[in-house]
Amino acid sequence: MIGKLDGKIPPGPLEQKWRNHKNNSRLVSPNNRRKFEIIIVGSGLAGGSAAATLGELGYRVKCFCYQDSPRRAHSIAAQGGINAAKNYQNDGDSVFRLFYDTIKGGDFRSREANVYRLAEVSNLIIDQCTEQGVPFAREYGGLLANRSFGGAQVSRTFYARGQTGQQLLLGAYQALCRQIALGTVKMFPQTEMLDLVLVDGHAKGIITRNLCTGEINAFAGDAVVLATGGYGNVFFLSTNARGCNVTATYRAYKRGALFGNPCFTQIHPTCIPVTGQHQSKLTLMSESLRNDGRVWVPQRAEDCSKPPNDIPDADRDYYLERKYPSFGNLAPRDIASRAAKEVCDEGRGVGPSGRGVYLDFADAISRLGEDTIRERYGNLFDIYQKISAEDAYKMPMRIYPAVHYTMGGLWVDYNLMSNIPGLHVIGEANFSDHGANRLGASALMQGLADGYFVLPYTLPNYLAGQIGKRPSTDHAEFKRVESEVRERVKKLLEVNGDRTLTLFHRELGLLLWDKCGMTRNAAGLREALGKIPELRDEFWKKVRVPGEGESYNQSLERAGRIADFLEFAELLCIDALERDESCGGHFREEHQTPDGEAQRDDENFAAVFGWEFQGNGKVERPKLHREPLHFEAVHLSQRSYK
Amino acid sequence: MNFKLKIWRQEDPKSKGKFATYEARNISPDTSFLEMLDMVNDELTERGEAPIAFDSDCREGICGTCALTINGQAHGPKHPAAACQLYMRSFDDGKTITVEPFRAKPFPLVRDLVIDRSALDRIVQAGGFIAARAGSAPEANSIPVPKHNADLAMEAAACIGCGACAAACPNASAMLFTAAKVSHLAFLPQGAPERTSRVTKMVRQMDAEGFGNCTNTYECEAVCPAEISASFIAKLNREYARAILQRSVGE
Repeated sequence: MIGKLDGKIPPGPLEQKWRNHKNNSRLVSPNNRRKFEIIIVGSGLAGGSAAATLGELGYRVKCFCYQDSPRRAHSIAAQGGINAAKNYQNDGDSVFRLFYDTIKGGDFRSREANVYRLAEVSNLIIDQCTEQGVPFAREYGGLLANRSFGGAQVSRTFYARGQTGQQLLLGAYQALCRQIALGTVKMFPQTEMLDLVLVDGHAKGIITRNLCTGEINAFAGDAVVLATGGYGNVFFLSTNARGCNVTATYRAYKRGALFGNPCFTQIHPTCIPVTGQHQSKLTLMSESLRNDGRVWVPQRAEDCSKPPNDIPDADRDYYLERKYPSFGNLAPRDIASRAAKEVCDEGRGVGPSGRGVYLDFADAISRLGEDTIRERYGNLFDIYQKISAEDAYKMPMRIYPAVHYTMGGLWVDYNLMSNIPGLHVIGEANFSDHGANRLGASALMQGLADGYFVLPYTLPNYLAGQIGKRPSTDHAEFKRVESEVRERVKKLLEVNGDRTLTLFHRELGLLLWDKCGMTRNAAGLREALGKIPELRDEFWKKVRVPGEGESYNQSLERAGRIADFLEFAELLCIDALERDESCGGHFREEHQTPDGEAQRDDENFAAVFGWEFQGNGKVERPKLHREPLHFEAVHLSQRSYK
Repeated sequence: MNFKLKIWRQEDPKSKGKFATYEARNISPDTSFLEMLDMVNDELTERGEAPIAFDSDCREGICGTCALTINGQAHGPKHPAAACQLYMRSFDDGKTITVEPFRAKPFPLVRDLVIDRSALDRIVQAGGFIAARAGSAPEANSIPVPKHNADLAMEAAACIGCGACAAACPNASAMLFTAAKVSHLAFLPQGAPERTSRVTKMVRQMDAEGFGNCTNTYECEAVCPAEISASFIAKLNREYARAILQRSVGE
């Protein structure tokens, strides 16, 4: 039984909580650290940095990833940058301001104490990464450069060209490689976690499948850390990598871990639109383009098929400039996304699918010259050209919003431990720091904060009481879960129907995108909740998964992930229906201000929703636990961008 | 568009592989090369045949997972781009396209078009890092780095670790890969303390994995999706010579 949800927020003033907590946390002595085995699943910014740091401290770490090398985790694709409160620009930044911007950006649906800690350790991350050799952009004097990013009035974003995620991940990967060579970390690439093992209520191991050989194995540890990223691929098309999945966190949920705020998903306004059925993923175009590009659609639906340059200015609707005169084309992500959907719903979308809007640089080019635009955005125009075969210097880009980050995740307390003792969750996989909307350049900050500077301090609070309690994989519970995993693999292979995995995944994705995407309403969510179980039943009757379990079998890998998405999608919609308010990326059509903005209901919904799985193997309505959010340092306000 | 595909099929590392021929029909020119393979795989699945195993993840040219040799060129005919950034409009309608895995002895085959590139990880493990313990780093701006050096370090660090350089090289040399990491860290003051040991250990590991040496054919640079310049190989050679000379006088 789960009692009242306790975030274990340390007492005291906000700015002293983390310091006090560190002082009061338990320690594991160097001699005892080598007695502990820590299982870390995922090798991205969070998992990679945690594995390297814990290995360096002297713990014995086993790190697992599905990719063929830890360097390929999806953190690598992050472009923009990483925030820190260094105030190198002397423009008035501070830990408090970074904290405030982040909590406000999240539409006041995250914990004050967690967000403040994140802002506090942000500076250490920059020091650490610089020392590791991350080639951050610099000024001519040799000092670090910054740029500004959405949702902030200061320049606090550190960057390495448009490849910040890659460079930060390589920093963590190299630190991890050093530990692998030293023998403190054992790396298991191409190994997917398929279940979590609990012994006496504590997370003490995992069951994995070796993706090359198909071998199913059990691993025991003193604690389990999940750093398995987000679940954006439940929508089929997203900017996530092909392999990103919800399996590890969903399996933990089915073993009793609470899933926090699953309906908080972020939809990025500037992606290259869907071109057809064949498409397997979407590509992000940096938001910075909206600094010089003007967004528009034709005034009249009948003009949509005309070449854009033939449509005179008077027949164009620069809808962001019209609706948000003071922010114009720089309206925040959630608002710009919804506005694009609205004009396309009116039949004024452009491109072959009718789901696209123009991002036009003609004015900027005539004002600044093509060379200046090339200097500022050349690489993005090249990416666009590669994918669309269109020259954005000559005609406007076509863009449309796409799913790219999930703020929801497994519920954790201040120690980053879930409600299952021993199970820790870090990075995008947990729910903790971004509330209902994440600000740009904050995901990298959170992943590295958790791995380098939070978990190494909080993990001993659990471990200190656990010396000598690691079970052997011969324990009956390991045998039981392992046989369940084998049974499930067998079941997937035995369906042997006539429909491909792609068909099921695409159908699920379209349904979610339609009913639980940029905007949601109760009727649509109820409809989705009716259809998802039908689709799931059909999957288990009609899917065809070719090949065997005991060999390299990519179809089987995908099948397991899609099967979990088919269950998880229901949880996502249940949460979206239960949260009867609009906030951040969760826009319920029933709750908007007279001007069509998100209308929060702080009285009833200033809370984290943690969902508990019910029923043995059968998907029943999960049980809701609420953790009320208390705000002491910030004043809850309505966001306005008019 | 329609294409005839000649694709390398091999069930496992031990069995003998061969080319098999498939048809790809009604492909839109806006389909990416990997999406075209997805469609062929769905058709194979529907027909009850084994789909073609090939690796990919980010599908936007940054993770370095995809590793296909297309019509004899690592990552295909469009440079600079990874195979996942290749679109079918780059091919002529009706043509035959040959698809093989990256071939180099240190990259053993797993299945069909999937290879094992852990040799590259082991080269980094040998010394491709700066030992910087979390918690002990100095204030980031306390060590200024000339912009020119930081930019050069970034150019080298852009390597995506795909292994195309070794696959394209007639000697299966991984010197561009190794040079990129050695150069990245050698351009930065933070990398100085381990500069000598790093290059000797990484080169030793590169040799031990069975990669060949550079004979200046520049195939690596031509296929590199991250546009890593072959001049970094010259930098690697200088770093190596410097290390050997230092060692010979006992520094």
